Amino acid sequence: MALEKPYLDVPGTTIFDADQSRVGYHLNQFCMSLMKAENRTRFKANERAYLDEWAMTEDQKQAVLARDLNKCISLGGNIYFLAKIGATDGKSFQQMAGSMTGMTEEQYREMMLNGGRSIEGNRYVGEKK
Amino acid sequence: MTKASNNGAKITASVYTSHVPAIGVAIDMDKKGEAYWQPLFKGYEYSQQWLKDNKPDVIFLVYNDHATAFSLDLIPTFAIGTAAEYKPADEGYGARPVPVVKGHPELASHIAQSVIQDDFDLTIVNKMDVDHGLTVPLSLMCGQVDEWPCPVIPFAVNVVQYPVPSGRRCFMLGQAIRRAIESYDKPLKVQIWGTGGMSHQLQGPRAGLINREWDNKFLDRLIDDPEGLSNVPHIEYVREAGSEGIELVMWLIARGAMSDINGGAKPNLAHRFYHVPASNTAVGHLILENK
Repeated sequence: MALEKPYLDVPGTTIFDADQSRVGYHLNQFCMSLMKAENRTRFKANERAYLDEWAMTEDQKQAVLARDLNKCISLGGNIYFLAKIGATDGKSFQQMAGSMTGMTEEQYREMMLNGGRSIEGNRYVGEKK
Repeated sequence: MTKASNNGAKITASVYTSHVPAIGVAIDMDKKGEAYWQPLFKGYEYSQQWLKDNKPDVIFLVYNDHATAFSLDLIPTFAIGTAAEYKPADEGYGARPVPVVKGHPELASHIAQSVIQDDFDLTIVNKMDVDHGLTVPLSLMCGQVDEWPCPVIPFAVNVVQYPVPSGRRCFMLGQAIRRAIESYDKPLKVQIWGTGGMSHQLQGPRAGLINREWDNKFLDRLIDDPEGLSNVPHIEYVREAGSEGIELVMWLIARGAMSDINGGAKPNLAHRFYHVPASNTAVGHLILENK
């Protein structure tokens, strides 16, 4: 029997469930390795070579090289793991979150200061805004 | 199970607060006075004095690990720390300059044994570092200190990989934790803290979501209708409070441990605070005292 996934109709949201976790295992564990300073240094010295040490798909490696976090998430990445790449790059969590929204850093910061993204129109895929 | 005695341990109060990492950075980098952060820290001034006036012997601190101590190699749904101490973790920016967290191995082991016999299958952890999920609430409540005011029992809940435990399960677990603490025969004053939330989403095109109305209804219901609130399904948290807003189920563990859930008097609301934003997140905070 298929698993029930009532969260597939939430717009702009990927739930990190068992299937995503399975697909993203090596990608997320690569991210986890960046918790160690010596690994951060090796990654920064040659990103491609470091990624090739991991059993990741080529798509996953390309998404990391491009710092395309939405793509990383669609390929099984989880934001708390992907945040280690941001930390390695010296980015704040707000910069990382903002980078996935199509807004500039300034626009995103401004939106948060003004109370954040409204829930209205953002509950269901295809909902009228 | 041993019956609670008047001379045994008891839960005196519960504290609820968000645990946003940027708050830790603001404290550590001395940015508290900045216009951006001032209103947030003002909301915790009362709480810091309250904690001094109501110093517990032990804090049972419910939080979640953010891919720090637990990677995808091991994902415990509920993990209780029974170690003598826990180091603040390096989450990629270097460890926070805060004191080492001292544990309470004796009470923690007692709770583990009691709660497991009460049908909640906990993972027992004797070695782990603790991340901002645990240290930011301590900083918010204690300020910058040379040592934390008392031992802390870390209780980590998986809210990273879905499905996280249901609100209902968390609420019932809180009740089992209360029974465990009350069956400990030393006269300890224990506070239970529930952390995380409130509404926030850190991923995807919907990142930055905040739902002030839903958050405040959650606070109202946590105070007055925790039983009803515990029946709210995951999907409502995700849809209304954002994919990371689901951390709020952890507040139901602390709430379930309060006396009124077991037929006692309604708790006293000592403090309530809500503020948007801290980085990507809505910050909520409550203090409830058992009468």
